[in-house]
Amino acid sequence: MAQSPLSLIRFRIIFIVSWVIILADHVMLLHFFGLPWEAATADAVLSNILLLLACLLVMIVLRYYLPRGQQYINVFALCLLLTIAWLLLSKWLLGLLLGQYEGYKLLLHNSLSIRFSLAFLLLGFITMVSILWYSQLEQKEQEERKKDAEKLAREAELFKLRQQLQPHFLFNSLNSINALIGSRPQEARKMVQQLSDFLRGTIKKDETQWVNLKEELEYLQLYLDIEKVRFGNRLATAIDIEEITHNLKLPALLLQPIVENAIKFGLYDTIGETVIEITAVKEENHLLIKVKNPFDPETSSPKQGTGFGLNSVQRRLYLLFARNDLVTTEAKDNIFITIVRIPQA
Amino acid sequence: MSKVIIIDDEPLARSVVREYLQQHPGLEVVAECGDGFEGVKAIQQHEPDLILLDIQMPKITGFEMLELLDQPPAVIFATAFDEFAIKAFEAHAIDYLLKPFNQERFDKAIGKWAEQQAAIPAPEKNTQELLEAASLSPSQRQRIVVRNGSKIKIISVNDVWYLEAADDYVKIHTTEGYFLKNKTMAHFEQSLDPAIFVRSHRSYIVNVQHITRIDPYEKDNHVAVLRSGAKVPVSRSGYAKLKEVLGL
Repeated sequence: MAQSPLSLIRFRIIFIVSWVIILADHVMLLHFFGLPWEAATADAVLSNILLLLACLLVMIVLRYYLPRGQQYINVFALCLLLTIAWLLLSKWLLGLLLGQYEGYKLLLHNSLSIRFSLAFLLLGFITMVSILWYSQLEQKEQEERKKDAEKLAREAELFKLRQQLQPHFLFNSLNSINALIGSRPQEARKMVQQLSDFLRGTIKKDETQWVNLKEELEYLQLYLDIEKVRFGNRLATAIDIEEITHNLKLPALLLQPIVENAIKFGLYDTIGETVIEITAVKEENHLLIKVKNPFDPETSSPKQGTGFGLNSVQRRLYLLFARNDLVTTEAKDNIFITIVRIPQA
Repeated sequence: MSKVIIIDDEPLARSVVREYLQQHPGLEVVAECGDGFEGVKAIQQHEPDLILLDIQMPKITGFEMLELLDQPPAVIFATAFDEFAIKAFEAHAIDYLLKPFNQERFDKAIGKWAEQQAAIPAPEKNTQELLEAASLSPSQRQRIVVRNGSKIKIISVNDVWYLEAADDYVKIHTTEGYFLKNKTMAHFEQSLDPAIFVRSHRSYIVNVQHITRIDPYEKDNHVAVLRSGAKVPVSRSGYAKLKEVLGL
């Protein structure tokens, strides 16, 4: 539930101080018109306490019911009704209480229109302030909800992107394990272990969204080991990582889809041994990772180069850095190079 | 003894098939190949009765390899996952095995083959139908694979100027001369992207990206002039199709 403006201490102080000033004014004015002090004070206290109650009533109503569009007329009517009720009630009570003072009844009668105007003004003012206050609260809440929803969606998308796994890889790995079970059970067992560790990595929750390059490479190694069992001698890797980059940060599981893309591209586009080269350097506050694979420029359709793997990497980096220029590719002779830049905080 | 060839780019995938085949003493593995090029060579050399074929392989796919054969043998596919092809060949393949598969499933596939072997003396018919069906899936035709003597040529569809009917063959005219493929015009008309390749004439399919202009020719007919200077006949109905595709 929205908090009333009086829940803030400074507003409460302003409210009380204003009320005391109004009260004092009221007393002074009545005394000036010839009423004795005690009668003037009694009149001021009584009418102002009643008015205060009316104000609080308006605030409470607006807390639960905020007018929209045409409904402002209702609020205006409420103020008017409350002022009239207040006027009648205070007139009756004051007449009853202070009627014995000389000339009081006449004074009361003559001041009715002034009392009405002042009370209506004050109530109107309080109403306006309350409406402003509550609408601003509502807007803030809405904005926060929107921000929360956006954040949730972004996190869900990031999680999904991290988790994406090529079913081809999984089924073919299982097929390799199936083959090893018959001929080399020890190796089959080892590969089951590697595959499990790899899969466990892909379903990790986001507490480890950022890892350093060294951890990421260890994870990548699991993947490479599995692929090497699958493809045997056809697949070789050359990894060259500058010492200084070991502790640089990158989003977890970013490298694997890039390398997967390079392996697929390299293995399916050439015949014979495929060497995948992975290098990492630090360049002006960026971690720069290059993945190279051979390809045949004559036969590869341009589509193949930016397979699903790279799109998802690009999308992830966009969600994290709001930049679309962090993944680039180039083809030189028969080598295809994927370059990823990760800004360092 | 029936002859079998195993074609798969993963050595372990081949070894599991070989292991399962040990239960079938009537079948002999005469060759194992790691890609489609080796596959074509081995099939021509050994003329096997059955091949066990993976789909995703280096350079050319299993489908493309089959297209290169004049008389494809009976095929059992063994593949991990293929979102397009499975449906297409469900009706026509002798069988397809989803990796990983076990001995029982494998035996069943071999059993099906043996049955068909006994019933229909020419299993190629099945394979031909299968290929027709598979090539209809939209992802198939980014390129055309042809055999030129002993050489295998992969042509990107962007390099194709036009196709011309020539008896039982289709002449594929490209930047590097023409190639012959043992297919029908209808096959290409169906499998190539209709937004780029238009059947302009009963005997011609033209790549609209290579057209520079269309001139009138005799009465009622037109001729499309390509950037290379080549001229492709356009019939009256072909002219209507071209106008539609080119947005004229």
